[in-house]
Amino acid sequence: MKTNKGCAWGERGRILTAKDFPSVVSHGSSRFSDRANPVASVGAVLEPRELLTACLSQEGTGFSPGASQVVGWPPIRAYRMNSLVNQAKSQRAEEEKEIDETDKSKDPSKKKIYTKTDTAAKEKGQLGFVKVNMDGVPIGRKVDLNAHSCYDTLAQMLEDMFFRSTTTVNSRGGEKEQATQPSKLLDSSSEFVLTYEDKEGDWMLVGDVPWGMFLTSVKRLRIMRTSEANGLGTRFQERNERQRIKPI
Amino acid sequence: MNHKRKNPDPSPDSDESTTQLSSPFPDEVLERVLSLLNSRKDRNSVSLVCKDWYDAERWSRTHVFIGNCYSVSPEILTRRFPNIRSVTLKGKPRFSDFDLVPPKWGAYVHSWLLLFATKYHFLEELRLKRMTVSDESLKFLALSFPNFKALSLLSCDGFSTDGLASITTHCKNLTELDIQENDIDDKSGKWLSCFPENFMSLEVLNFANLNSDVNFEALERLVSRCKSLKVLKVNENMTLEQLHRLLVLAPHLRELGTGSLLQELMPRQHSELKSAFNNCKNLNILSGFYEVTSIFLPVLYPACTNLTFLNLSYAALRSDELSNLLIHCPLLQRLWVQDSVEDEGLEAVGSNCPLLEELRVFPASDPFEDEILHGVTETGFLAVSYGCKKLHYVLYFCRQMTNAAVATIVQNCPDFTHFRLCIMNPRQPDYQTNEPMDEAFGAVVKTCTKLRRLAVSGLLTDLTFEYIGKYAKNLETLSVAFAGSSDWGMECVLKGCPKLRKLEIRDCPFGNAALLSSFRKYESMRSLWMSGCKVTMDGCRLLAQEMPRLNVEVIRECGNDGCQADKLYGQERMPHLLFSLFELCTNLETLSVAFAGSSDWGMECVLKGCPKLRKLEIRDCPFGNAALLSSFRKYESMRSLWMSGCKVTMDGCRLLAQEMPRLNVEVIRECGNDGCQADKLYVYRSVAGPRKDAPPFVLTL
Repeated sequence: MKTNKGCAWGERGRILTAKDFPSVVSHGSSRFSDRANPVASVGAVLEPRELLTACLSQEGTGFSPGASQVVGWPPIRAYRMNSLVNQAKSQRAEEEKEIDETDKSKDPSKKKIYTKTDTAAKEKGQLGFVKVNMDGVPIGRKVDLNAHSCYDTLAQMLEDMFFRSTTTVNSRGGEKEQATQPSKLLDSSSEFVLTYEDKEGDWMLVGDVPWGMFLTSVKRLRIMRTSEANGLGTRFQERNERQRIKPI
Repeated sequence: MNHKRKNPDPSPDSDESTTQLSSPFPDEVLERVLSLLNSRKDRNSVSLVCKDWYDAERWSRTHVFIGNCYSVSPEILTRRFPNIRSVTLKGKPRFSDFDLVPPKWGAYVHSWLLLFATKYHFLEELRLKRMTVSDESLKFLALSFPNFKALSLLSCDGFSTDGLASITTHCKNLTELDIQENDIDDKSGKWLSCFPENFMSLEVLNFANLNSDVNFEALERLVSRCKSLKVLKVNENMTLEQLHRLLVLAPHLRELGTGSLLQELMPRQHSELKSAFNNCKNLNILSGFYEVTSIFLPVLYPACTNLTFLNLSYAALRSDELSNLLIHCPLLQRLWVQDSVEDEGLEAVGSNCPLLEELRVFPASDPFEDEILHGVTETGFLAVSYGCKKLHYVLYFCRQMTNAAVATIVQNCPDFTHFRLCIMNPRQPDYQTNEPMDEAFGAVVKTCTKLRRLAVSGLLTDLTFEYIGKYAKNLETLSVAFAGSSDWGMECVLKGCPKLRKLEIRDCPFGNAALLSSFRKYESMRSLWMSGCKVTMDGCRLLAQEMPRLNVEVIRECGNDGCQADKLYGQERMPHLLFSLFELCTNLETLSVAFAGSSDWGMECVLKGCPKLRKLEIRDCPFGNAALLSSFRKYESMRSLWMSGCKVTMDGCRLLAQEMPRLNVEVIRECGNDGCQADKLYVYRSVAGPRKDAPPFVLTL
């Protein structure tokens, strides 16, 4: 069983570390001690043992996500976090408004309307951040849906988040190598699909409904293996025919 | 109406001059004296003196604080304390504030209310933090306690504004309604209109974190009726015009939370508002603000003379705006700001607030944005420490810090009791020296002998924890994230820190060795939380076995509906017999098995038989290490083996990998579906035993 590109998952999957398999690694580590960054040794085809040592996650430098990409970090209460986000947005919008209008409106009612829009945004902002999990990745992420206005930018962002390094680990243990770089999450030809859980608790494929409608009903996202996504509902299926996900 | 305490029978030959063996005071005197005690630590000490004192204390206690709702049961509580009027209950682990605990975890208040309704019929106050409260519970509360006066909810979830309406409708004696930051279904502001027209007793009203509009006329009438109103915190939608009208009606307010200050005002309105604020001579606490304009802020200045607490954490003030405001707040003791004020703003704090005791600096902009972020640095913190010698509580979010700065800060302010530093990028070193931040926190614990609460961040090795364990003699709460190098770090903390009560850890390389190094320690602690660490199920099970009085819970959560696997354990399994048949399947190449089998034997049969077996895929069967290792040479003739949701452990996998170096043995640690990985561990002590309301994704060991 060979895998390409070393420990593409080393930063996220915590799939294997030398510490998990000490006996196997003991004679292997010296060979790789001079490798500055095992993850950077892209292109080398590694033997199984090499895979293990390459995944040495050096404590302190192994996994350094940006602050933005880890669930629950920085440690700010969700309520406050959403308020801050909306405040930043509204202040930006306010600035833009000032730039646009040379003549600042003196009508207080307009400001009030503006405030109300902000409130509406805040209500939606309660939903602004949703969690995203990807099959096989223990650490979930968060993405701010209010920062996007269409599916494409969202999918792009998620691809950047989760597929920055190529993944090839074949979880089925078979010999055949899976395709490396998954293409667009919205494209049904890739290894993964983007799904979401709606307010009723059903898992749906992302992309079928207008963006605004999606925003009002999405609770959280999941990047699911295509193989497991059979039978997922779309908004246009009859409710009666809706199937639950069957993982196999 | 107190429950009367029965006097114990006097001993046969006692009279008042020979009470050698029993208490020197009559019980009533003792109770009277003890009823003057308010501190719960004092009361706990008193109750340990002797049985008489224990009894006197329990009869005289009227307020009870329960830091972990699962540490004790309602029955045990009501049995011990018959005369409780006020209850404070805390539920979920603190990391639930940051979405680390799945919904429906527990901490339901309802079962408490049910018993309180009979045992504490005259309950007056209920303060809940991180509890799940339903609208039904709120309605039950409103209807069951005729004397109910004060409700405070912080970080709770599960309810809507309909529940609030029940309270305002039915609680005739309500004095306090304090709705802080909660996960509430904010349907409408109608709850405010449900106060009866003759209702007058309100003293505290806080709806700052509710966004729906309330009926202003109803609010105005309410405020004018409630002459004792001391605390009024309105929501963001309240206009300045409306605020003005309220202030005119209630100039005696001690605490005010404004609405958004981003409004245009006519000059007349401006001066009216300024005059209204001028009349608020009793204002100690000011909050709200939301959006502000520099033009508006001076309106507040007259009201700031007696301010002790200024909460600007929802307003992105600039440094000059803050500076000008602080000049008018000479008595300020507590200040919460956003880091939009930057280091200059904090310099102004240092210059203008000599009495400052507490400072909290929250990140202003969306921390998720890519734009260039300013915020505060070590410079601002230093400036505050030079000017505010009484500083003892700090919560500081920043993007850079140095060891030297922290060392200087604690030299300037050695009296820190709460030091919570959050360098927002995980594992970030000292930006000047590129070294870990070990020495910073070393300085904190060495210098600040009164330290009770500590939150660490930045790049930290085990050395930080060596320091903490060795020096932090009074530390009660420790929060750790993305830190440490090995088990040794956590071991140091558990072996040191004699007063440790709460330890919460996320994403650190601490494993079973650390968890089990001092398990007796957990008996003196309220709780331990570990998530994203290296603890396994076996380690957790061992802990549970060694310490039967601890509740050991493992949360198994995943992005998909991982609970499905758990729910299906109940399904019927294939009879044992069928597996034996596989021995006869001489041409079988691929076998897929799901939810079947009774023991290792089944898989062993397959491996020992089926000579042409190439692919074996198994999910959710009770096959463990014995099965896995029974015929490992077999795997050499196979393409692959997949086992998920089985009973194989990491040890078994390791053994296989050792024995068969030419095999790739991979373990996928996917949240939820891997039986070996204890992704989220929550351990706490309890006299109530394992809780009975654990959801399916919480595994109690």
